[in-house]
Amino acid sequence: MSVPLTLLGLLEREPSHGYDLKRDYDTYFGRGKQLPFGQVYATLGRLARDGKVVGGETEPGEGPDRKPYWITDAGRAEVDAWLADPVEPEPHLQTILFAKVTLALMLGKPAAAYLDKQRFAHIRRMQELTELRRDGALVDVLLADHALFHLEADLRWIDLTSARLAELAAVVNPERTPKP
Amino acid sequence: MNSPVVTRAHLVEARDVVKSFGQTLALRGASVAVSPGEILAVMGPSGSGKSTLLHCLAGIFEPDRGEVWFDGQRLNTLGEAERTKLRRTAFGFVFQFGQLVPELTAADNVALPLLLNRVRRRAAYKTAEAWLDRLGIGDKGANRTGELSGGEAQRVAVARALALAPKVIFADEPTGSLDSLAGEKVMDLLTGLAREAGATVLLVTHDARVAAYADRVVMVRDGLVSGDLGAVGEQVSAAKAVR
Repeated sequence: MSVPLTLLGLLEREPSHGYDLKRDYDTYFGRGKQLPFGQVYATLGRLARDGKVVGGETEPGEGPDRKPYWITDAGRAEVDAWLADPVEPEPHLQTILFAKVTLALMLGKPAAAYLDKQRFAHIRRMQELTELRRDGALVDVLLADHALFHLEADLRWIDLTSARLAELAAVVNPERTPKP
Repeated sequence: MNSPVVTRAHLVEARDVVKSFGQTLALRGASVAVSPGEILAVMGPSGSGKSTLLHCLAGIFEPDRGEVWFDGQRLNTLGEAERTKLRRTAFGFVFQFGQLVPELTAADNVALPLLLNRVRRRAAYKTAEAWLDRLGIGDKGANRTGELSGGEAQRVAVARALALAPKVIFADEPTGSLDSLAGEKVMDLLTGLAREAGATVLLVTHDARVAAYADRVVMVRDGLVSGDLGAVGEQVSAAKAVR
């Protein structure tokens, strides 16, 4: 999650104070991890320095800084470019799993059993997410769906790899693999 | 060999069940037990034997060897008439295709098993309409099921299964022919209403997203139940490790 670009996007919606930005960020994007006020104001300061936002006069009132911020044309262009740029596909988990399976086969360890454990861990997490969806707000449901589809994709890879372990063992550990 | 006395904590149980079709061995000694009110998903690849296991547990297939127990009765020693009675009164079924009569209306389809159980016509239709309402398709009662969308038809099937107030619902790939959103709605309703009614659900699926609705998931591979996830809440630390 890019905090500067997300705050910039929120400012494109409407001019806001740092306090309102933090509240909206926490509501829609924080998912239980709140954005510290210090980070909000530091980010707004950098965005103002770079000409992406402009700050107005501090308004009287209680509580934290009541300075309003507006997005600039440069800021809008940056938000547009960010939204239009596809997210880098990140097969990190698969890479870790691949490394584990390959190493297990190289070492003659029970790769199939490891994959089974991973499959169960994935399904367990899917059960938790499905439970969260049951009474969740729509934004939580959509986030859970995103996670569920990713886990499902991993599971397909796990199933396919389980079916190909003998082939993979022959490649990575030919000495330990019985000849057909 | 296991003891022949079934544990009453389990409502449905298969013990060392073997089932062949000609030369093909579908189950090679499968054992599984389901507690009252539990939603159990049976997963496995195509041809693993998961549907055969469900059909044996529902008394539709007779095992070649092994035992099938339901509510303290050994199902596979009952006569066909007794098993048919059980299927009509204690079991509900939701399959991927074909369990509805397309020429009949949604209300007719839901009322039909009740009428077969000698429920009076007016009461049967009242119950049918109430269940169609609960499934969000109260306005479709007069439509022939052949004219409904796949998701709506599957909701009629769920209403029909639940209308009997069954002890167990057997569901075989209940969302297999539906798109994601319709499938999700069917699973929400099936599991939510079954929980409310205290019904036990045995759910066969190859789809992990569908299985995730269950309280417990087991895997069937090569005709054997090879894995058991235990109840929700266990192994959470392992699951968190993959976030």
